[in-house]
Amino acid sequence: MARLFKFGDAISTDAIIPGCYNVTTDAAALGKACFIEARPDFAGTVQQGDVIIGGRNFGCGSSREHAPMAIKAAGIQAVVARSFARIFYRNAINIGLPVIQCDAIYDAVEDGDPISIDIHSGGIDVDGKMFQGETPGPVAAAIMEAGTLIDLIKTRGWAAIEEVS
Amino acid sequence: MGTLTEEIFTRRLGREVHAGEIVVAPVDYAMAHDVTGPLAIEAFRKLGVPLWDPQRVIMVFDHILPANTVASAGLHKVVRDFADEFGVTHVFQEGICHQLMVEKGFIRPGGIVVGADSHSTTYGALGCFSAGFGSTDIAVTFATGKTWFRVPETIRINLRGALPPGIFPKDLALKVIRMLGAEGANYLAVEWGGEAVEAMSVDERLTLANLTVDFGGKAGLCEPDEHTRAYLGEAEVYDLHPIAPVYRSLIEVDAQTLEPQIACPPAIDNVQDLSAVAGTELDEVFVGSCANGRIEDLAIVAGYFKGRQVSPRTRTIVVPASKQIYMEALARGYIQTFMEAGALVMNAGCGPCLGRQHGVLGPGERALSTSNRNYAGRMGSAQAEIYLANPAVAAASALAGVITDPRGLN
Ligand code: SF4
Repeated sequence: MARLFKFGDAISTDAIIPGCYNVTTDAAALGKACFIEARPDFAGTVQQGDVIIGGRNFGCGSSREHAPMAIKAAGIQAVVARSFARIFYRNAINIGLPVIQCDAIYDAVEDGDPISIDIHSGGIDVDGKMFQGETPGPVAAAIMEAGTLIDLIKTRGWAAIEEVS
Repeated sequence: MGTLTEEIFTRRLGREVHAGEIVVAPVDYAMAHDVTGPLAIEAFRKLGVPLWDPQRVIMVFDHILPANTVASAGLHKVVRDFADEFGVTHVFQEGICHQLMVEKGFIRPGGIVVGADSHSTTYGALGCFSAGFGSTDIAVTFATGKTWFRVPETIRINLRGALPPGIFPKDLALKVIRMLGAEGANYLAVEWGGEAVEAMSVDERLTLANLTVDFGGKAGLCEPDEHTRAYLGEAEVYDLHPIAPVYRSLIEVDAQTLEPQIACPPAIDNVQDLSAVAGTELDEVFVGSCANGRIEDLAIVAGYFKGRQVSPRTRTIVVPASKQIYMEALARGYIQTFMEAGALVMNAGCGPCLGRQHGVLGPGERALSTSNRNYAGRMGSAQAEIYLANPAVAAASALAGVITDPRGLN
């Protein structure tokens, strides 16, 4: 069973992957350094499929795409947060890391709780308690459907986005 | 009809555009730097198509300049090889990307520019719609010359009255962040206006537009006016105003009663009046960054440093935002003043702002910086503390070795 890692408000991209560790484009190396200063035990304990629960303004700060890459490479299946910083949200969707906005879940769960998520419906089950995440906007949905922004543009070009606008 | 943002998109797309619409729009330029560029290049290569226009792709070495490790030298090589292969000639290593975008003439009122760096909001000071993106979005722009936007609603901020002596645009920006919180403008555009903005130089407006992203703004715009014309030349500036705009909200700030504002650790919106933290001991003072590394900022600092010595217990680091600024500072004697005062002067670029190069903070250390980010770990150890302030506060604090109100000094 996947477990959840609970974080606070305003988790910055500097906390997710500090400047001195993102001098690489290698996803695996980024994954190993994920939260290395803010929560040094994270990369060592996270299991494939685990979930991050964040507070408000998750991913604020720099536009470094290394941040969602690091989270994804560490094995995280999805990030659920009360709110996301704009650039982080867009970057995560672009690289195929599902991000779900959900306010109600935050105060109702604890670090380490078992969790399962249906990425498509946004339904979240934490130890029998059910929560409904917000559905993504039309462009984010189209990108998630294709996998990544690169997959979407490569196969369908801008028409894919013009269609839903 | 609409906000500055709506006016820009309407003109650009040749049809009426309103907030909330999703549009695919052409851009003037796409910028990436030595940290975000390599990822953008990898993503671009996956698309397997030619570059949209080598003249409209800008690459800047600024975050780690010169390379300080084998790994960062490797990143630089990825960018250089890409530029050679695809004929990209706008490759710079003479300052911070945002300053160079403005100085090199890539920014025009009414333009649309994207950058693989969050502080790409800076160009809004000239009435350009510009926003920061991640590397994958920029890669798609490299390939197509376009990107998609959800046209944002706008918060209008009117700064009333004149700034009193010793108070700067940085204080106004931090005051607004204090009022709205770190995500107060998330997904929204910001228009900066009112008497205090109308009186500001372009350099000063660049500080406001720069800090817009630090409370979540997608873009931070100033109306082009005579200051913009004087800066860019008459020919480049056409009339661009909000026309019967509908704003999401309107914020009024009284510039005249403002005290120096300090963003205290560990968050940009933990803003206090200087008096609340005066006397806090400092290990490092950093003057520079895309927020406050311009010639007017250096002039303020040089004014305080002239004939004085910085505190021996505090290392003081000055980094001009660009080579042009550095050379102007040399010509005006500021660099000599900084060095005589005991400050370290480094090459133009991001410097200590992002903790990846020189001026890194150790555990338990405390810095005061004129930059725009104070998250734990931003400038080195996550156990270090960062205070953000205007250049005059930085200068006075460097001299005293503790956070100091500059208004008592001449
Ligand atoms: S000076 Fe700092 S905030 Fe500005 S671009 Fe460089 S690292 Fe980013």
